[in-house]
Amino acid sequence: MKRRVVIIGGGVAGMQTALRLHAAGIGSVILEKDSATGGKLRDWHKLFPTFTPASEVLDPLRRAVGAAGIEVRTGAEVVGLDGRGAVLADGTRIDGDAVVVATGFTLFDARIKEEYGYGIYDNVLTSADVERMLNEGTLSMKNGDRPRRIAFLHCVGSRDEKVCQRHCSRVCCVTGVKQAMELKERFPEADVFNFYMDIRMFGSGYEEMYREAQVRHNVHFVRGRISEAAPTIDGRIQIKAEDTLTGRPLRMSVDMLILLVGMRANDDNRRLADSASLTLAPSGFVQPADPFLHSVESGAEGIFCVGTVTAPKNVGETLAEAAAAADAVADYLKNR
Amino acid sequence: MNRRNWTDYQKEIADDRYYYARSCIRQNFFPGSERAFLNILHDDLGRDVLDDPLHTSCTGIGYHSDIVPLETIMTVVARQFSLMNDAGYENFISSCITSFGVYTEILSTWEEFPETEERTRENLFKATGREFRKPKSLAHTSDIVFHFRERIAELAQRRLVNVETGEPLRVVEHIGCHYAKIFPKSGIGGSEFPYVLAGMIESWGGECVDYPERRHCCGFGFRNYLVQANRGYSIANSHKKLESMAPYKPDFIVANCPGCAMFLDKWQYAIAEMEGTTYGQGGRGIPVLTYEEMAGLVLGYDPWELGMQMHQVDVEPLLDKMGVAYDPAAKYLGRNGKFIGQPDTAVVNCCDAIYDIKQ
Repeated sequence: MKRRVVIIGGGVAGMQTALRLHAAGIGSVILEKDSATGGKLRDWHKLFPTFTPASEVLDPLRRAVGAAGIEVRTGAEVVGLDGRGAVLADGTRIDGDAVVVATGFTLFDARIKEEYGYGIYDNVLTSADVERMLNEGTLSMKNGDRPRRIAFLHCVGSRDEKVCQRHCSRVCCVTGVKQAMELKERFPEADVFNFYMDIRMFGSGYEEMYREAQVRHNVHFVRGRISEAAPTIDGRIQIKAEDTLTGRPLRMSVDMLILLVGMRANDDNRRLADSASLTLAPSGFVQPADPFLHSVESGAEGIFCVGTVTAPKNVGETLAEAAAAADAVADYLKNR
Repeated sequence: MNRRNWTDYQKEIADDRYYYARSCIRQNFFPGSERAFLNILHDDLGRDVLDDPLHTSCTGIGYHSDIVPLETIMTVVARQFSLMNDAGYENFISSCITSFGVYTEILSTWEEFPETEERTRENLFKATGREFRKPKSLAHTSDIVFHFRERIAELAQRRLVNVETGEPLRVVEHIGCHYAKIFPKSGIGGSEFPYVLAGMIESWGGECVDYPERRHCCGFGFRNYLVQANRGYSIANSHKKLESMAPYKPDFIVANCPGCAMFLDKWQYAIAEMEGTTYGQGGRGIPVLTYEEMAGLVLGYDPWELGMQMHQVDVEPLLDKMGVAYDPAAKYLGRNGKFIGQPDTAVVNCCDAIYDIKQ
């Protein structure tokens, strides 16, 4: 009898895991709580460091899932799981021979950092808003004008004890560089400033991108956090910061303030973990059995984890990890 | 400005039976405001407030000036609570923002470090033979006025509206730093977008002005002001705020802190003398009100009964805008009609020098 794996989450991690399992002759069902697969990537414009359109990653995955005949259930919110299946919000139980948790992450709600005025002032946006607006071709100031000065703020909801998000979200730094370059191309007359506490260019090609942003695009990088944003009488945003390299306070009016929001653990990680005796890290992400030899295993019998449910990762890392997870699941099923 | 987020910050505000702790300095700065609060609570809203003559200073100024040690201020605060217990009240309300910050800080310290509460109990007992129970609720008096803002709106004799144009008055609301910047959850609306005064202004027909330096300190800052050599910092902060708000042409400023109302008012004169700059329409300064004065005007109280003749910046232009009837001749008559003395004109650098007070 053909084995079947229950995959919770239909983002890139879940779809890639299903495809790799399919290639190994193992069937799966993807449970996606939203109305479509694709996760956060559906609203993303381009991927760093190559500026590859997100659709060029997502569309082939979706087509392959369809072509492979992998069962996808959308609108299926999982409220509990064990090593042999998952329970949906309507009480339906979906049985399988193993479970892969690929529920991803939650974007930090920038309204919590009230001092930046997101949701209050018109031209304060998040990095996710920028991706969506670039996709829609609507990126401009609220009144339709072209911004003449743009500020990015790094680490909004990352490495911030005040909002209980002590971890680094890793990908926001390079996203800030990527978006600064995209905005500079779209609005070449604009001055673009990135306010950061550290620039963490960990991936292949990232450092080169950071340099290119400065040399070719004249993006300004200021080491210092913005303390507050406030409106000016002409509808701009006044920001205050400290340039910690010169040791001087700084006040500046900008037309657009873009908050690079971090990745945080899903609120329902706790509920899922409690239902299946999974361990959560202090950050709220699911903790794998160990970070080296069993990084896609949860430590609970028959339950595997993949993608950003365990920690912030970029799309490439997630896709590679999905192959590892499928491999681990196949091994597990073979040995049962 | 979309300020819906204030609803995320709510706190329990008692509806009646308050133990009132006065401020050390407000009775000098704005002598009518505390009286107005008591009158509004008693007479207009029918609430029970005990104005207890036995309570003392919370010693907050000494504490923030490093003169009064933490153990001492905790013991003084414990005595205030003990007096409240004796009087049979449970809801402690403070007129002063510094005191409110002190009470909030001490209750929080006792919560987090219970041994400090135990030590305070021992100290209080040794010093006075007293024991105490902590209040059931703690609020600043601006919280209380906020709590009753809709009832006050129902009782209003006039609104925060320019009677000549029908336009809402443009109001700068300034919140004392110790209200919510120390413990954001202790204030209505939190620390970034406090709603305690904005709620009153909106309920009474006015319009809040959001300006770049809205959150900035007024410049009082104990260390800024108490040390004479630092006073330049004090006036520099007030100057920064006044410069920032001036282009919005506010009709008045309202504050919920004794120091803020005092300094934003009095430093306008000093800035005029130093720099020749006068703010406000017609160069007559921007009137600075306490929230009790604002509530009192809305409820139809006489401005001189509210003590508004004690302001540095004359309030008559504002009274005229609001359509408040007042007797110019009575401005400097105190209680029982006694003349309290008239200051020289405070108007500087203004071509028509003295506002044309209605005769």
